[in-house]
Amino acid sequence: MEIQKKVTFEEELDHQFMDEVRESSFSEEISRCIQCGTCSSSCPMAEYMDYSPRKIIAMIKAGFKDDVLKSFTPWLCSSCYTCQVRCPSNIKITDIMYTLKRKSVDANVYPAKLPPPALAKEMHNIIAKNGRNSELWVVLYMYLRLKDPIGPLKMTSTGLNLLKTGRMSLKKEKIKNTKQLHALLKAVSEESE
Amino acid sequence: MRNYAYYPGCSLKAGSKHYEESILPVFKELGTPLEEMEDWNCCGATAYFSVDNDMAAAICGRNLSIAEKTERDILAPCLGCYLTMKKNNHFLQSGEEKAKKILKDLKETGCEYKGTIKVFHPLEFLTNEYGLDKVKEKVQRPLTNLKVACYYGCQLVRPYTDFDDPDYPVTLDNLMEAIGAKAVDYSSKTRCCGGSLAGTMEDVGVGLNYVLLKEANKKGADAIVTICPLCQLNVEMTQGKIVKKYKDVEKIPVLYFSQLMGLALGISKDDLGFSRSFIPLDNLWEKLETGGKK
Repeated sequence: MEIQKKVTFEEELDHQFMDEVRESSFSEEISRCIQCGTCSSSCPMAEYMDYSPRKIIAMIKAGFKDDVLKSFTPWLCSSCYTCQVRCPSNIKITDIMYTLKRKSVDANVYPAKLPPPALAKEMHNIIAKNGRNSELWVVLYMYLRLKDPIGPLKMTSTGLNLLKTGRMSLKKEKIKNTKQLHALLKAVSEESE
Repeated sequence: MRNYAYYPGCSLKAGSKHYEESILPVFKELGTPLEEMEDWNCCGATAYFSVDNDMAAAICGRNLSIAEKTERDILAPCLGCYLTMKKNNHFLQSGEEKAKKILKDLKETGCEYKGTIKVFHPLEFLTNEYGLDKVKEKVQRPLTNLKVACYYGCQLVRPYTDFDDPDYPVTLDNLMEAIGAKAVDYSSKTRCCGGSLAGTMEDVGVGLNYVLLKEANKKGADAIVTICPLCQLNVEMTQGKIVKKYKDVEKIPVLYFSQLMGLALGISKDDLGFSRSFIPLDNLWEKLETGGKK
């Protein structure tokens, strides 16, 4: 059996990480976190996370960049904003979770086997191409990306119900002026580099 | 009264057709017919914020620009669309350097946005602009005897809390009372349904929606009323698995507020998308007594 180090040493911490997160979340207040735990106790998803929202904030402040970006936690944030409206220090916790998602995508360290990042990427692609989302296709592409043939089977009953009630569409939706959209996205990506 | 550009979003054209099928006749009946916005694109939902923030703002900017050209504010029945566009609108008007750059890109690609548009949800329009008294006057068939659990979900009242309370909103309850139904005291009304996670991670969907269903059962609700396509789908589609896993709950229909409004306004039930429910509605029609008739 191989023994692995479980502790992050001081020299592995990234002390610029908090500032980085603060800037891209437009949340100046992160340093004011008092570790009260209101976020974690409000979070409907906390029980499924590897680190609770309170811990994630503490880890950002302490510079645990690697552990934070590889964590499932940001991807399990359902974006319900309960923590954000309840935080006594007015920290934009949900926006911080979005920042962490983007940073983990940029650094390519997001949990690749977890469905939410795969869904986000596929939805991003289909909208950038067609200007509209097509629910069925996005879900299929997501399972292809995950290389998960069992996933779609688990959704059979919902699929059948949608089909029976005429709520499933095979059509790929598209806007008329895709040219304009593509030009816009190109202009935005060029400037942000 | 303001002018509105109706923004259906992707859901109302696909899995949530019955939201559109009911909201269009209802608004027509109220004398404020909705006109769909020209060549709108998807709002990007939570996916764009997760991948690229600037692009998220840009694609919403295109929609805002289309609305601005016709001098109409946006009316978005889907809460995902509503919050995403409201949030990006906020950002584009923030004066941040990044926002200025995106506004420049928008202008250069023929989507100039000056920042004059607001984003509204139909519930906001009915409560603050149209007025519930006027809704009451239009009621032909009050939904007496019907007990509903009003489920707001999250994105209408959070993080922007300028419309209703973030934890215990009441506007949908008031609307349901205005059409004669009884709104039960539903304490899970803003608890999360899981959003897109409910579909991709089964355990999460079943776990979160069990709480919502159980509370509605406990309060004796005949139906759960929703204002968001994703809430409607999640609370409805997870019920099969919930009743298999937990023995202490019963299935109940999950309807759009616009479907019930339509009934109350005297529109035939055949024209409000009720046939798209996964859950049988027999109990509902029985309860409404007059509901089965045209």
